Amino acid sequence: MTTGTTELTAPPASAVARVTAHRKPSLYGDHIYRVVIAAFAGVIPLLLLLIAISIGIAAWPALSQFGFSFVTQSTWDVGAGKFGAAPATYGTLVSSAIALAIATPLALGVSIFLSEIAPKWLRQPVGFLVDLLAAIPSVVYGLWGVFVLIPILRDPVGPFLSQTLGLGKTPLFSGPNYGYSMLAAGIILSIMILPFISAVTREVLLAVPRSQREAALALGATRWEMIRDAVLPYARSGIIGGIILGLGRALGETMAVTMLIGNRAEISSSLFAPGYTMASLIANEFSEATSDLHLSALMAVGAVLFMVTLVVNALARWLVWRVTKASGR
Amino acid sequence: MARDEGVGPMSRRSRHIKSRVMLGLTYGAAATATLPLLLILVHLLREGTKYIGVDFFTQMPKPIGEAGGGMANAIVGTLLLISVASAIGLPIGIGAGLFLAERRGSLFATVVRFLSDVLNGLPSIVMGIFAWEFLVRPLGHFSAVAGGIALGAMMIPLVTRTTEEMIRLVPVSLREAALALGYTRWRTSLTIVLRTALPGIVTGALVAVARIAGETAPLLFTALGNQFWSTSLGEPIAALPLQIFTYAISPYDTAHGQAWAGALVLILVVLVISLLARFATRSRFQASSD
Repeated sequence: MTTGTTELTAPPASAVARVTAHRKPSLYGDHIYRVVIAAFAGVIPLLLLLIAISIGIAAWPALSQFGFSFVTQSTWDVGAGKFGAAPATYGTLVSSAIALAIATPLALGVSIFLSEIAPKWLRQPVGFLVDLLAAIPSVVYGLWGVFVLIPILRDPVGPFLSQTLGLGKTPLFSGPNYGYSMLAAGIILSIMILPFISAVTREVLLAVPRSQREAALALGATRWEMIRDAVLPYARSGIIGGIILGLGRALGETMAVTMLIGNRAEISSSLFAPGYTMASLIANEFSEATSDLHLSALMAVGAVLFMVTLVVNALARWLVWRVTKASGR
Repeated sequence: MARDEGVGPMSRRSRHIKSRVMLGLTYGAAATATLPLLLILVHLLREGTKYIGVDFFTQMPKPIGEAGGGMANAIVGTLLLISVASAIGLPIGIGAGLFLAERRGSLFATVVRFLSDVLNGLPSIVMGIFAWEFLVRPLGHFSAVAGGIALGAMMIPLVTRTTEEMIRLVPVSLREAALALGYTRWRTSLTIVLRTALPGIVTGALVAVARIAGETAPLLFTALGNQFWSTSLGEPIAALPLQIFTYAISPYDTAHGQAWAGALVLILVVLVISLLARFATRSRFQASSD
């Protein structure tokens, strides 16, 4: 490069002037362009900030009145003006736990199938079908849940669990079973979060280097042993990230849960009992909220939900990023 | 957990059997995971086709409990909401995606990328509260534009990340060639790089539209729904998902029929958009592999 330039004779001054004269306004354009796209990018942090502020403002009256006990208080009585978020928090945790318990092994199985086992011609269509689960709107899941899932839970599934299996004596499946329940919400959530977990898991499994697999096979491992001992441990933190991402979805899912969970602000150990999640509580009571305190209490529930999902998502992204960064994907 | 690490014909055989069983289980998992999708689609088709007709697309809703009527206003309302959301979400998302791709290594880009992913994971109901606090509450009435903004805000992170990914796929040589020809950076970005990545960006946009088309939760706080014909951005507006929700939780059979018909239309819209997006990428990848 340097030798090339030193051999060149200096260009005539007029040419230099022409080039620089042409260049000046265009560099100006570059500058504007850079500022404009940076401004667009700046919208994202700004939006997040505005969301936090808006929820903070809306939730403030209730939070300042109840203080920290708002989160731990278990009475949610609109008539008496008593608002505690514990039943909704409890319902959110339980329904999400059911969802994860069902969806995690399935999603892991599907991802292993799609990344390691399935014949090539099957990967695309099966992957597409699983991805499509994420495209179905929440309200359609809810509709299907109300008219298909709930009747099934009410009749063959409920009596099977409580009587045939004798689980009715345990607190987990005691009490009447109307169908609208924590269990119904958990099951529909598991279907809804499955594609999110499997999408991330598939990605991190594909990010595991070939050499990792080949080394295991060369040592005489069977294909399953290769997956268990060489592939899964390598992808572990990414898989956990995917599961937490699914958890984030489950925590905030609104419509389908609102339609299936039965909407009652009580803490019950039974999965057959109706309940509330934070999101379904807000969605269900928002339009009926007449007093300012009630409205603000709902927004305070929203603030709790916002903070929880913020932390959960940040954690999940960090875990996934750690795996995919290493492989340069 | 016995790992059968001992050598010998028996343990070897049992290890291979175990491998077969576990691999077989993943087939089972794949089948189980796709089953709900098929069940839902079949049920939607069966119930939806019973109640769908020309009336559904041309008539206004009848009062709840009465037979007949359609969802003309909700269909138009959903299209309008999608337009407003796209008008907000697409330019911001594409601009931010350009930024993330071009200033890849900078700290600001890393932070924005991370926050964009976090934003993407936030519950949609949170977006509804945001738009309600800033656009509905101060004005004292629900409006279509508030709904569009809530949905647009949901689109931004989706469009940002797909735009970034697609622009990263554009070969560096192409950009360098344009710069070597004396193109300025902004013209290179917009007319060469963005132009090349356009099919992928269109795909990303379609996926984002498909995702927000069925969103209901944010609309409860913003667009609210409307039994009457309205195309005004300042008024509450009907939307397909809202109407489905209202009908699904009502006690009347006729309303349930309408809900199924509405869900069928909604899912067809979403599926068609998703398939379009799929084909847009496929033809793109085939073209680039040639």
